[in-house]
Amino acid sequence: MNTLDLFALLPLIILTTSIILVMLVIAFARNLALTCLLCCIGLASTLLSIAWVGSSADSGYVTPLILVDAYSTLFSGLIVAAGIFISLISYSYLKHRGENQDEFILLLMLSTLGAVTLAHSAHFVSFILGLELVGVSLYAMISYPSKGLFGLEAALKYLILSGVSSAFILFGAAMMFAVLGTLSFSEMASSAQAQSTIEHWFILIGTTMVLAGIGFKLSLVPFHMWTPDVYEGAPAPATALLATISKGGIFAALLRFFLSFDGYQYNLITESLFWIAILSIVIGNVLALMQTKIKRVLAYSSIAHLGYLMVAFVSASILSGKQLAIEASIFFLFAYFITTIGAFGVVAIMSCESQGSDKDEISHYQGLFWRRPLLAAFFSAMLLSLAGIPLTLGFVGKFYIVAAGVESELWALLVAVVIGSGIGLFYYLRIIFSMTTHTDSDEPIAIPATGGWALGTLAFLLVYLGVYPTQVVDWVSSVAKSMI
Amino acid sequence: MIMLLTILTLFIGGLVAWSIEAWNKDLPRWISVGTCIIASILIATLYFQPTQQELMLAGVSSTWYEVLSIPWIPRFGIGFVLAIDGLSLLMVSLTLFLGFIAILSSWDEIDRRPGFFQFNLMWTLAGVVGVFVALDLFLFFFFWEVMLIPMYLLIAIWGHENKAYAAMKFFLFTQVSGLIMLVAILALVLGVAGTGVPLTFNYFDLMGHQLGEGLSFWLMCGFFVAFVVKLPGFPFHTWLPDAHTQAPTAASVLLAGILLKTGAYGLIRFTVPLFPEAAADIAGVAMTLGAISIVYGALLAFAQTDFKRLVAYSSVSHMGFVLVGVFAWTELSIQGSVMQMVAHGLSTAALFMIAGALQHRLHTRDMTRMGGIWHSAPRMGAVAMFFIIASLGMPGLGNFVGEFLILLGAFSINKTITVIATMGLITGAVYGLIAMQRVFQGQKSSDPEISGIKFGDFGSREMAAMIPMIIALTWIGVYPQPVFDLVDPVLASLYELTLGTSSQWIGASQ
Repeated sequence: MNTLDLFALLPLIILTTSIILVMLVIAFARNLALTCLLCCIGLASTLLSIAWVGSSADSGYVTPLILVDAYSTLFSGLIVAAGIFISLISYSYLKHRGENQDEFILLLMLSTLGAVTLAHSAHFVSFILGLELVGVSLYAMISYPSKGLFGLEAALKYLILSGVSSAFILFGAAMMFAVLGTLSFSEMASSAQAQSTIEHWFILIGTTMVLAGIGFKLSLVPFHMWTPDVYEGAPAPATALLATISKGGIFAALLRFFLSFDGYQYNLITESLFWIAILSIVIGNVLALMQTKIKRVLAYSSIAHLGYLMVAFVSASILSGKQLAIEASIFFLFAYFITTIGAFGVVAIMSCESQGSDKDEISHYQGLFWRRPLLAAFFSAMLLSLAGIPLTLGFVGKFYIVAAGVESELWALLVAVVIGSGIGLFYYLRIIFSMTTHTDSDEPIAIPATGGWALGTLAFLLVYLGVYPTQVVDWVSSVAKSMI
Repeated sequence: MIMLLTILTLFIGGLVAWSIEAWNKDLPRWISVGTCIIASILIATLYFQPTQQELMLAGVSSTWYEVLSIPWIPRFGIGFVLAIDGLSLLMVSLTLFLGFIAILSSWDEIDRRPGFFQFNLMWTLAGVVGVFVALDLFLFFFFWEVMLIPMYLLIAIWGHENKAYAAMKFFLFTQVSGLIMLVAILALVLGVAGTGVPLTFNYFDLMGHQLGEGLSFWLMCGFFVAFVVKLPGFPFHTWLPDAHTQAPTAASVLLAGILLKTGAYGLIRFTVPLFPEAAADIAGVAMTLGAISIVYGALLAFAQTDFKRLVAYSSVSHMGFVLVGVFAWTELSIQGSVMQMVAHGLSTAALFMIAGALQHRLHTRDMTRMGGIWHSAPRMGAVAMFFIIASLGMPGLGNFVGEFLILLGAFSINKTITVIATMGLITGAVYGLIAMQRVFQGQKSSDPEISGIKFGDFGSREMAAMIPMIIALTWIGVYPQPVFDLVDPVLASLYELTLGTSSQWIGASQ
């Protein structure tokens, strides 16, 4: 460990320090505004340090556990930026919910730290460390401010299933370790070359178990059962965090693992991923049709979106389309982050005055266009982005997914994408339509400044990058190039 | 640059109209009128550029008046490419003209959120203008989708009793077919890149590449489906009657007048020139679909009691002629198709306006409850008579020129289909005149709800919208040459591109 290594670790160090600082401040002075301010300053300086390290440090291992390169810079930047937006929205959401809300912010920072670790991980130890850090903070966040049963039910569900899936991942990793004698992704790849049949099966089963565990966390079909209940029960900012930071970090580690270990060489695995993608798209979209609560709709739609992401992930199995596929998955995730935080942000803002559970019945949103035009316009933009309509970032994301599928000639997956998007339109438009209908309710909807500005920024980014994505495309493309 | 300014004018005009609503409820429509005037002036300058013949003499062989090309997403070779030639210019002019008509037709129909209404109107126009001038396939697809959302909102917010269903159906049909086109666009681009050309979405660079026969057939189908859904051709027409019936008048005018034309434009500009051989392979099928649309649309139109639905089905029938004309792909038949697009745009827009006026006054579209309206509204009756006669193809009016040329051009290709298509002219007369009789002639309605209404004739605002359309239709019916002068060089160059690529098209030229 020398100073260069320490410099490469700067983002993690700053983030950890600010977490400790926030914890100490909470211990002495409970003040939500102060906590949030410190959290934002901490995350913002982390973001700056990520940019600094990314532009000046050489890529390489810092200890065998942590790998700092363009890929980790991109993902940790994305995750920390998402953390800032979620903490701003959380502030508005928590402000009117009584005392002792500060720890929510602390937990938020902790799970951000976990996801950043995941983005840097090149070793099963750091992988599981990050995974658990995200998971454990989420258990508490899901049940945090609500005194109702739904939050507790959701947290318990998530706790048990997430625990089981972590066990799967651990066991899978152990099986691979038994054969390969290492837990580092790249060393596993080199020693996996010459193996006897029985050892080959050990690796195969181990990888499958790891994938099953990750499938739980990413809520891919058939491991998706927990998603709608947890999304519904958790407070909206926690849901946003679960849907973006947690899934994004895990996907970053998964992609890294597959690329360095070359998981695509096992046909069985590629094929099951293929079916997981199709099933996630179809089942996610079809079940979303039948929901009447916005959070449940978004839950199923996020299952479908992870399915789209898997289309790009599977496309990377074909050598000629590998770079485009990696690029597509990173860009899609980028678009998904902004859109999902925005969509849950709207739910959070809508519910920030209510004391009990979130306002997520579609009927709450009736006539929103006439009562709160700007909020309705933001929400419509987010929904249209989820549906992949031009002028929004979601369109470029979908464009990327289709391009990756075409380049790798996976036509069956593309058929699923087209059908899924068609069904998807139906439920997104239904929400937009109900926002345009008339309502007699004139219950005022207050829009808090902090959350409102955060949403506005997200909506601006969504449209600006949807129209002019050039810089992001170039950045993502250079990162993807460095990965193969 | 003019195209970019035009599109930006429309986008910005829409935003201004929306934001000014808070101050004054009457101002937004004046903003729209102003926006359309500025856009029209911009476009009009293109008419004063050197004509094609002068350019030819000067040694310029290009049919393009103006090409704007700015790199956009270099990673994929995507550029912001706008180009305008005679065909695009004609379509853009039609768009802006009908934009005026749409604003006039909704003048006092919309009392809820007039600013947001005008915003959607302007953005639809901007999207359509973009579709007509975009020559980068990514940009084209971009505009293709952009025009859908405001149209969806127009139907969903200001539509009639069954608006949710109609708006959803409209959006789903066009979006899903659009996604199929997106897959085809990407497969085309990546396929062309596979032959060693750098990645590009530019229309000019994508033309004339040899892809495998199977691949280009499927790609062509992707484009074909998207355009035929929009056209709409049988069996993809089912969204149209619902959308038209439920839409507010202005949206119906735009939908029938110009949105349908984007499908026909796409067939002429993209499907055939990009895949001449594959298009030749399905020309027979496409012409058959066109003929079925003509007859089937006419039969269904005859069976309707809802005036708007009748006009909607007549659109299916008339656009069937366009499909036949494009896929016969002779110089005459393509000219005819373009003429039919313009004439149908004008006559159907006018008929929808009349339908809207009837509904506004009587609060029903049911023709069985109407009758004898001519007595109380002679001006309206005369205007309706004119447009019904125009749309049934009376010589001397625009629609006749279009249909006649299509039939003439298609006759050398496929006699059976041409004969069947000709039936459309007869059935057109039947349903047109039946509608005329039911609504305007005969006994006055005895329905207590209807007969109690004091029926107002067309006022000066409505006549101001109708008279230009009457003049335009008569003009292109009697003296269509200026339109041909405008589009002929373009059609000829497109036609030349496809010559020699396929035996079917060569056979066509003989």
